[in-house]
Amino acid sequence: MIDLWKKTEQGIRRTKDAWLGRMSRLFEGEALEQEAWEELEEALIAADVGLDTTQKLLTQVKEKARRQALTNTSQLRQTLMTEMISILQVDGQRAASTPSGLAVILVVGVNGVGKTTSIAKLAYALRQEGKGVIIAAGDTFRAAAIDQLKVWGQRLGVTVIANRPGADPGAVVFDAITAAKARGADVLIVDTAGRLHTKYHLMEELKKIQRVVTRAEASCQGLLVLDATTGQNGLIQARHFAETVGIDGIFLAKLDGTAKGGIVLAICDQLNIPILYIGTGEGVEDMAPFDAQRFVEVLFS
Amino acid sequence: MLVGLQGSGKTTTAAKLALHLKQKGQRPFMVATDVRRPAAIAQLTTLGQQIDIPVYGEGNSPQVIAKGALKRAKEWGAHWVIVDTGGRLHIDEPLMSELSELKKELRPNDVLLVADAMTGQDAVRAAEEFQAKVGLTGLILTKLDGDARGGAALSIRSVTGVPIKFIGTGEKTDSLEPFYPDRLASRILGMGDVLTLIEKAEATMDAKRAQELEEKMRRATFDLEDFLEQLRQVKKMGSLTQWLDMLPGFSSLTRRIPQEAFDDKAMKKVEAIILSMTPRERHMPQIIDGSRRRRIARGSGTTPQDINQLLNQFRQAQKLMKDLSRGRQRGLLSLFR
Ligand SMILES: Nc1nc2c(ncn2[C@@H]2O[C@H](COP(=O)(O)OP(=O)(O)OP(=O)(O)O)[C@@H](O)[C@H]2O)c(=O)[nH]1
Ligand SMILES: Nc1nc2c(ncn2[C@@H]2O[C@H](COP(=O)(O)OP(=O)(O)O)[C@@H](O)[C@H]2O)c(=O)[nH]1
Ligand SMILES: [Mg+2]
Ligand SMILES: [Mg+2]
Repeated sequence: MIDLWKKTEQGIRRTKDAWLGRMSRLFEGEALEQEAWEELEEALIAADVGLDTTQKLLTQVKEKARRQALTNTSQLRQTLMTEMISILQVDGQRAASTPSGLAVILVVGVNGVGKTTSIAKLAYALRQEGKGVIIAAGDTFRAAAIDQLKVWGQRLGVTVIANRPGADPGAVVFDAITAAKARGADVLIVDTAGRLHTKYHLMEELKKIQRVVTRAEASCQGLLVLDATTGQNGLIQARHFAETVGIDGIFLAKLDGTAKGGIVLAICDQLNIPILYIGTGEGVEDMAPFDAQRFVEVLFS
Repeated sequence: MLVGLQGSGKTTTAAKLALHLKQKGQRPFMVATDVRRPAAIAQLTTLGQQIDIPVYGEGNSPQVIAKGALKRAKEWGAHWVIVDTGGRLHIDEPLMSELSELKKELRPNDVLLVADAMTGQDAVRAAEEFQAKVGLTGLILTKLDGDARGGAALSIRSVTGVPIKFIGTGEKTDSLEPFYPDRLASRILGMGDVLTLIEKAEATMDAKRAQELEEKMRRATFDLEDFLEQLRQVKKMGSLTQWLDMLPGFSSLTRRIPQEAFDDKAMKKVEAIILSMTPRERHMPQIIDGSRRRRIARGSGTTPQDINQLLNQFRQAQKLMKDLSRGRQRGLLSLFR
């Protein structure tokens, strides 16, 4: 527990220092002047919270403050925190259980966001929980993508089902499902080649992979990996991937690389897809389940 | 020597550059120094095999690999040595100093920052740090085949002060194009405002106002008042020509644009015209008919022709914004075509 808390803290340290730290200073005085509200708004927008979400957040806080006649800054600070937490708590759909009992996680995203590394982290975490995990090397396109995954597999002691470079990813996934069922694995994580959301045929290819999973009567969950340093383009990526394969959750990678962690608020508010995990470095332990409450507490601590 | 953040496209770009040089009859040689990411060396080796260019990656530290590589490259008679490095965050002190050590070892002719065009403002800070801590001579923008608007990429260009040398437009090794500033020219006339807006929208100056403009741009509700606001912002930032000089390819261009176009007088005229309109007219310029035009001209001490000219300019700007926001122009890439 303590450890994960630390990961969250590490991951958003820069955001905290750069922008949101500015916000907590605003709450040091007695009452919140008009000027402070404006500065608060600016700080939120500058932290990549986005215009719509910022406005929504501040309207809610002001409204609450008015109704409950809150004036002192510590009450307002608490209200802001509560509102942020409520935006961040997006209810995910629980995947329906299937006859095979195998859960397949289809990991998708644009090029270079951190899919393969995040898969290693996820496999590591699931193994820690005692789950049986298998990985499918579905990126048959990028040079040495299969080797990259195999190295992780060896380090973690997790089986990686792979085919030749250039092979049909659907066939790899089919083989992996067969292997996973034969071994009674609980979870199959499918790596896919990075693809730009604007490329129609590459996006259609994902649907094909998905069909292989559903035909095998396994549940298929879409996990989108977003690079936290991308900024608002991440929202566009998410919309496209959600339309194509359906996205059940987001893995927000490279949070350690951004001073604008406000993007998490924009994601939760605008997309209504839960952030499930955050990535905070290049090692397998550099990850934490996303916890809205903790996230906000760390920001304001 | 190629440097940059994790996942920006360094390794792929190394192979693209090597192929580009080979096709020009040169003898390039590639060096893989990313000893940290799993199979990073295998990635470059595979790419080298695909394009039939040697790759050296023997050793367990970047410096050791570099030393051996230079020796081998000389023996082989290489014209160019292209060095791939591991991705790193600009705030990672040990890894940044590793990079400057590597640079000392290599004494490269060029240090190129490989930056993802989809990137946000964080990458602008990163670029500044790479410039300060390692020293750069140029930029390569990747993933321009997407819908990136590339505002941050342009900011990188201006904060580092080094030129964009190549752009990456796909995942294959032949998807690299030299960056010809001239190609921008046809797009740029009338585009200056839009670029300024994008730049501004993502610069830190007036974040809130910029967000609003950006928002309007997306919703295509950009009107004459916004247009005026935009011109004023430009004015605030100094002369437009000076501003354009900071953008890639603009310096040759600004010389060709008549200076009057950007002087104070012209600006005052635009301001006077817009201020002589009613709020409704500013919001819906399409209602401006002959009689309104004459009234506005009288009020602003200009001629109806001046007003037509302004409205045309505005319509162009508005159309560009709509196109940009609908993605019809496919973002930044369209600027280069
Ligand atoms: N669409 C597109 N993809 C690209 C382009 N350049 C690189 N990529 C892809 O982006 C991803 C990352 O590229 P790499 O070359 O491995 O990036 P890197 O900077 O070496 O990454 P690390 O070494 O992991 O830091 C890969 O999936 C590449 O295929 C480009 O111009 N367009
Ligand atoms: N700093 C940091 N780097 C990361 C994180 N996740 C992945 N990376 C790095 O980003 C680069 C691209 O990752 P990779 O998993 O190959 O991305 P993919 O192309 O989407 O599969 C690699 O250099 C990773 O080490 C993270 O959370 N933080
Ligand atoms: Mg990968
Ligand atoms: Mg690389």
